[in-house]
Amino acid sequence: MMFAAATIAIFVAMLLVLVRLYAGPTLYDRVLAANTFGTLTVLLIGVLGFLTERPDFLDISLLYALINFVGTIAILKYFRYRAIGDKGANRSDVKVEG
Amino acid sequence: MSGLEILRDVLSWALILSGGFFTVVGAFGVWRFTDFWARLHASSVSESAGMLLLIGGMCVQAGFTLVTVKLIIIGIFLFITGPTATHAVANAALVSGRRPIEAAGLVGADPQMPMPNTLSAEQE
Repeated sequence: MMFAAATIAIFVAMLLVLVRLYAGPTLYDRVLAANTFGTLTVLLIGVLGFLTERPDFLDISLLYALINFVGTIAILKYFRYRAIGDKGANRSDVKVEG
Repeated sequence: MSGLEILRDVLSWALILSGGFFTVVGAFGVWRFTDFWARLHASSVSESAGMLLLIGGMCVQAGFTLVTVKLIIIGIFLFITGPTATHAVANAALVSGRRPIEAAGLVGADPQMPMPNTLSAEQE
């Protein structure tokens, strides 16, 4: 019962964040919303594991937390340098989008 | 139902309800706030406070098991990476020339002039 309440709360929060992800006027609003959505997904997977009485889902949840963080940093780095692998040798040439 | 179980249920109900409350409030702020910099604050509410309370509630419900250890690991990881990712987003927006409306007239409010300690120190 208490995990059902938490699931509903997380679903509502995810819906609100999705609206911002769709509407957000700039790139950074969307990255922020995507990051928040990822954190909420981690929580949702954990709570769903408890709701269905299979807490093994927590491994998936931990993996999702790792991927979410790396993905956010990768997106930011890509839009800053237009490349993920390399450092962006000449910074004065870098054009910043936004 | 023994007294200890009732205490445990009450404690985890309180933690999970308050965690859900903070999560929804933070997401509501992400949805409704007008400024990007204000939305940063709102997202930290659901990312830090709501996350920690929900995970604490799940820990209380799980008891002394391996599940609690995993939950604590997830909590520590999210507690470190959440503010780091938020700071990375904020720094990227600042470097791209975005400034808060309230900063008009203050030091560094001109997007053409890099803020102290962001770009100029690394370029040399």
